[in-house]
Amino acid sequence: MTSASARAGAELRPNFLSRYLQAHVREVVFTLGRFYRNLSGALLTCFVIGITLALPAGLHCLVRNVDALGYSWETTLQASLFLKDSTTPEQGRELAHRIKGRPGVADTAYLSREQSLEEFKALSGLGQALDLLDSNPLPAVITVTPIKGIERTALDALVVALGQQPEVEVAKLDRRWLERLYGALALVERLVLVIAGVLSLAVIVIVGNTIRLDIEAKRAEIEVMKLIGATDAFIRRPFLYTGLWYGLVGGAIAWLLVQGMVLALNGPASSLAGLYGSAFRLQGLPLDATAVMFGAGVLLGWLGAWWTVSRRLQEIEPR
Amino acid sequence: MPDIIHFHRVSHRYEGSGDVLSDVTFTLAKGEMAFLTGPSGAGKSTLLKLVALLERPSRGQIVVNGQNLAGVRRGQIPAFRQQIGVVFQNFNLLYDRSVFDNVALPLVIRGIGHDDIGRRVRAALDAVGLLGKEKVSPITLSGGEQQRVGIARAIVAKPQLLLADEPTGNLDPEMAREVMQLFQRFNEVGVSVLVATHAVGLIKKLPYRVIHLERGQLTTRQSPELMEKTVDFG
Repeated sequence: MTSASARAGAELRPNFLSRYLQAHVREVVFTLGRFYRNLSGALLTCFVIGITLALPAGLHCLVRNVDALGYSWETTLQASLFLKDSTTPEQGRELAHRIKGRPGVADTAYLSREQSLEEFKALSGLGQALDLLDSNPLPAVITVTPIKGIERTALDALVVALGQQPEVEVAKLDRRWLERLYGALALVERLVLVIAGVLSLAVIVIVGNTIRLDIEAKRAEIEVMKLIGATDAFIRRPFLYTGLWYGLVGGAIAWLLVQGMVLALNGPASSLAGLYGSAFRLQGLPLDATAVMFGAGVLLGWLGAWWTVSRRLQEIEPR
Repeated sequence: MPDIIHFHRVSHRYEGSGDVLSDVTFTLAKGEMAFLTGPSGAGKSTLLKLVALLERPSRGQIVVNGQNLAGVRRGQIPAFRQQIGVVFQNFNLLYDRSVFDNVALPLVIRGIGHDDIGRRVRAALDAVGLLGKEKVSPITLSGGEQQRVGIARAIVAKPQLLLADEPTGNLDPEMAREVMQLFQRFNEVGVSVLVATHAVGLIKKLPYRVIHLERGQLTTRQSPELMEKTVDFG
């Protein structure tokens, strides 16, 4: 008799998948409605989450921009080949001409020892003082301009190959400061990761605390739910969705903050770049980082809610 | 006839107190309606809590609808409670949603389809005479009407067993009588009903068995008149 009526009840139930979908669609609508009715309070929480997410995202955005700037400088690099003193100017010119024909090389310029000295005199400001020297201490130089957009490894290989020419004493690509820049950027990028990790915990705590207050306010309701046979999963679901909305809207606010920061910095950055003769412009948060930021917001909001609800739900039992 | 509730030598004590129920043995048959009476503190509420698995007995066996409650694990409690409809003295409605949503809750919990929910909620509200009040908030209703919403919620999922703890405790006599009539009507269509109450005047003319508790013990079945006296003493 029991099982017969239980079966009759079961027949009215849709299959598992549509039951599942229906339950979730209902919670989405229900929790969004509640979010909207409590808009100012909810937005305040989202704003705190937004600022927390914007800090690492904004830093990451700046690092990416400086990185891009460094890369754009890299292609304007020139390699210097310092020739052996035994090399005659004719041999030097001939070598410069040969190197110009190599793949990956856009242009070469030969500077004889005398020209080097003249240039040094003019640029260093030492002028007449250099006339006191017995002999010219400067080597002849060939400056090699690689083609634009050359791969970093190809450029390295080219410089090594040029260095092995018999006339060349030493080949140098002056990129040490760029390497240092990249090193510093890697450090800052790692710092961004550490900050992001710590602030992720902050987001979990923020959402967890907000949900905790929410649960306290709904204690009576949860007791009633348990009394009439609601499963823990059913009771948990609206809180999890609420946490998810906090994270999602927090992510959106963080995005707006970062884009706002880029807009605010773009004017001064462009005029600074202009002083260096560069058309560089700050780029906004790239698409992949935006996706990561939103994903992190949603995941952390959900985690914060889950962490709180699963602890609190055990404690609330109807009496 | 099989039993819907079977208590065998059940005792219960809360931590740090004496026995609230001691050595209680009784049965409620399927389809039967009975009243559970006794003075305050006699253990009526505790007995209902044991049936709904809100408490576990300190000693003894309880079988509800063929299920030995000792074997129901924590995770199985929701499914167990879904077989029972419960009505409370303070109604326990959710005041942040409409009457319709309150009554729909047990169906939503069970994952019933959307169209079915509408049909069954309206049928339940019709049965308690509140069909026109679907969209209003329960806070705007009178106590009697709120209790009828509570009853609609308890019966909407067609439970085998209906438990009520002092359902008329907060109602005036007229409303209380209407509520009792509702329980009778559900019993007539086959639902087993156990109502804890001390509204003895209200039930003495009704043709149902009375289970009387006195200081945690079942006393022999008494006539309602005698029982009234006991209550007056208490």
